[in-house]
Amino acid sequence: MIRIEARPFDPGAELAAFADRVAGAGAMVSFTGLVRGQSDGAQVSGLELEHYPALTEKTIAAIGEEARKRFDLAGLAIVHRHGAMAPGDPIVFVAAAAEHRRAAFEAVDYMMDRLKTEAPFWKREQGPQGARWIEARPADLEDRARWG
Amino acid sequence: MARLLFFGRLRESVGTEALTASLPGHVRDTKALRAWLGSEHPELLDSSIRIAVNAELVPGDPPVADEDEIAFLPPMSGG
Repeated sequence: MIRIEARPFDPGAELAAFADRVAGAGAMVSFTGLVRGQSDGAQVSGLELEHYPALTEKTIAAIGEEARKRFDLAGLAIVHRHGAMAPGDPIVFVAAAAEHRRAAFEAVDYMMDRLKTEAPFWKREQGPQGARWIEARPADLEDRARWG
Repeated sequence: MARLLFFGRLRESVGTEALTASLPGHVRDTKALRAWLGSEHPELLDSSIRIAVNAELVPGDPPVADEDEIAFLPPMSGG
C-alpha cells in the first residue's frame, strides 16, 4: 500500500490498519520520519516538501517492488506527505511485515535509504535565518550505497 | 514546444517552476539542452542536477524532442 498525499496522517492509525492487513505475519516493523524541531542548532518553524508527482509515484512504486523482491515480506506500506508541515508532523511512514523479524527490519531500512536519496522530494526548511533547501547528506548516500 | 520544469532550489534560481520553449535544431539530447540553457542559468550545468525526460530518469544523455516534458532535478531529499 503506497500513498503520497498533502493531508496529514496519523502513524498510529497507519500501523493499526497495516497490522490488520498483514494478520498472520510473525513480525512487523515500522518507521516514522518527523519534521525536526531544530536543525544544525537553529529552531525550525516549518518545512515545505515539494515533489514531482509523475516521477514520485513511479519511483516509490519501484522501491516497494524491489523491497518485495529482496526480502521475504508478507506486506509493506509507504505513506509520504508533501506540502507545508510543522515541527513534529509525520513526513513519512514505512512498514514491513514478514514471517520473522530480520526481513522486516531490513526491508524498512532499505526502503528508507532509497527514499532519502532517490524519491524526487525537495525540502525547504523555515528557520530564524529564513528558508533554506535541505539536500541528502553524505551519510544518506553512504547508507544507500550499502544495498548495492 | 517542450515543457521545462524546475524543482527545489532551481525553481527559485531560474525564477519559474515551468516554461515552454521551442528547442533549437541542435538541441537533440539532454547534454545539448543543458549547454543551451546553461549560458543563461549556469546552475543547470552542475553535475548534481539530474534531468528527467517525460518523467523518466535515464542514465547518460537521453534524446529530447520538442513535445517532451523535461524536468531539472536538484539532489533529492525524501523521507
